[in-house]
Amino acid sequence: MAKTSKGTIIAQRLLSSLPTVIGVVIVTFLLTRALPGDPAAFFAGPAATPEAIAEIRQTLGLDRSLPEQFFIYLGELARGDLGNSLTTGQTVVYDLTTRLPASLELTLAGLAFAIALALPLGILAALRAGSWIDHGVRILATAGVSLPTFFTGLFLLYVLYFRLGIAPPPTGRLDILYSAPNQVTGFYLIDSLLEGDLELFWASLTQLVLPAITLGLFALAPLARVTRAAMLGVLSSDFIRTARASGLPPLQVLFGYAFRNALLPVVTTFGVVFSFLLGANILVEKVFAWPGIGSYAVGAVVASDYAPVQGFVLAMALLYVVLNLLIDMLYVVIDPRAGVET
Amino acid sequence: MNAPTVSAPTRTEILSVEDLAVEFRTRSGIVRALERVSFRIRQGETLGIVGESGSGKSVTAFTVMGLLDRAGKVTTGQALFTTEAGKQVDLLTTPEKELRLLRGKELSMIFQNPRTALNPIRRVGKQIEDVLRCHSGLKGQALQERAIASLAQVRIPDPATRYAAYPYELSGGMCQRVMIALALACSPKLLIADEPTTGLDVTTQATVMNLIKDLAVQQNMAAVLITHDLALASEYCDRIIVMHAGHVVESASTHTLFTAPRHPYTARLIASTPEPHKTFADLLPIPGNLPDLRSATLPPCRFSGRCDRHTPECDQPPLPNTTVAPGHQVACWHPLE
Repeated sequence: MAKTSKGTIIAQRLLSSLPTVIGVVIVTFLLTRALPGDPAAFFAGPAATPEAIAEIRQTLGLDRSLPEQFFIYLGELARGDLGNSLTTGQTVVYDLTTRLPASLELTLAGLAFAIALALPLGILAALRAGSWIDHGVRILATAGVSLPTFFTGLFLLYVLYFRLGIAPPPTGRLDILYSAPNQVTGFYLIDSLLEGDLELFWASLTQLVLPAITLGLFALAPLARVTRAAMLGVLSSDFIRTARASGLPPLQVLFGYAFRNALLPVVTTFGVVFSFLLGANILVEKVFAWPGIGSYAVGAVVASDYAPVQGFVLAMALLYVVLNLLIDMLYVVIDPRAGVET
Repeated sequence: MNAPTVSAPTRTEILSVEDLAVEFRTRSGIVRALERVSFRIRQGETLGIVGESGSGKSVTAFTVMGLLDRAGKVTTGQALFTTEAGKQVDLLTTPEKELRLLRGKELSMIFQNPRTALNPIRRVGKQIEDVLRCHSGLKGQALQERAIASLAQVRIPDPATRYAAYPYELSGGMCQRVMIALALACSPKLLIADEPTTGLDVTTQATVMNLIKDLAVQQNMAAVLITHDLALASEYCDRIIVMHAGHVVESASTHTLFTAPRHPYTARLIASTPEPHKTFADLLPIPGNLPDLRSATLPPCRFSGRCDRHTPECDQPPLPNTTVAPGHQVACWHPLE
């Protein structure tokens, strides 16, 4: 029996994601060109003469044919050049490398919060289905998903910062008194620890808590619901009965047998939630003045600034590809049957 | 104890279930799933529990194992189990913490559909190790060796390789052997096999049953075989109890039961069992269905609605449980002669 090794499975997944990336490159290019508005006119300003606009158009390369523009774009892409942002005046690569970690740090912190809360709650709700715990979890989950993130964010700010004064002001990733750590990973929590600066770590942590909770509350609902449903299904399955009939300790039955089997749907949901959090955190970034990639992209779209939009979409697409790959790998780790059919 | 006629110590009574009644609370009412269920089983003996689907065979087993669904309640009865240490405990009142330590060690159970009865994402050897670890305290190399030995005991070829297999890599018959290895890993005194051959093809059925029988004899273990297959029960059991709608209607030695059944239901059941010399037309179906066990007005004899020997007397409680011969009980007003 020839078994597909885990390495082969991962290589297959990587290869199969290539067409996606190529497709994304083409679609983003076309889509940005199809956006209404003339970037040349926008940047020349309202008082510019038609000659000035034409000149800008030429320097931007917008006077050439679409295929020409596309190949120029591809060539630049191959050199790792995503162009310049007309609004910030920086290269898009620079903007992305400074802003993407901010968004990622926020999203991951939000997810960590959501998981830390959703998994135990989901398991408890499944174990005590129909009890007050179950109903409480349902209410919390419904509230979390039905309250818009900007509302939750503002509400938390109002209570914890404005009224109680526990939380720091929403001034982005750090209070103005601090300067950012040297960029290694771009995650302030990690970079500050690498520098051994605990005070900076604490400062960035306190800034992160409120936006992360805001985001996490939103992600809580699907994770808790899926955990509950998956646990309910697994707990009534035959092999759990076998485990109990064998006298295994209740905790081993619950975590070693039931939870590991329930993890598969949870991990799938995890991927979906992560994807939509990356998109949803734009509002949270606005509320907490978080210098993330979401607010950057919105600014660029509004300004008809092609290069950042293209760069943003491409970065996101690559991120999703990597994310899906990670999730596939998690499947292989959790479930020996994963990848057998391929 | 109460077995003065048998001399050898190998015939001690392992399990004695007396007057067991179980109810299920459901949304559509209380289901009186078991009533007045009594049976005994001795060391080295194989007891068959036969009956059609819904007759309470599995509920009986789950109750004894303490695996009853939360909706199920034991209302009366006791299930005295003689432990390894020679102590008698009532399984129905033993706290879950103590009962858990008996399960898998002194009383084990195997199930139908072996493929789903094993954890799909854990190596079969590891699953056996889990059981051994929690009951024997073995560790490391010794633990693994015992697990492989358990696999070898159920005649799995190349046990050291199969140790690392996942259930999906094994056939149904192989999975059932793994189940048996799992159940017998700690050499229990009592094995309950609930339809162990359902879902297996006929040749595998015979191998699995022979395996169970051989191991039971080898370990001088008591075994309960739950099945709807009379032929299977007749081949492997020393004694048989027949269940119908939550009642034990007849209990006798296998030979007596098949040659001289006294309860009309038993006779009907035998008449409806296919045999090589019978044609399809020879098979007599049993008329009617199991009564609705939620009904508040269940007759004392739950077979009365399907019985052609039914008289007004049958509706008078209580239903008798007559000992018609030594070791042969019938719950009927008008047993067959």
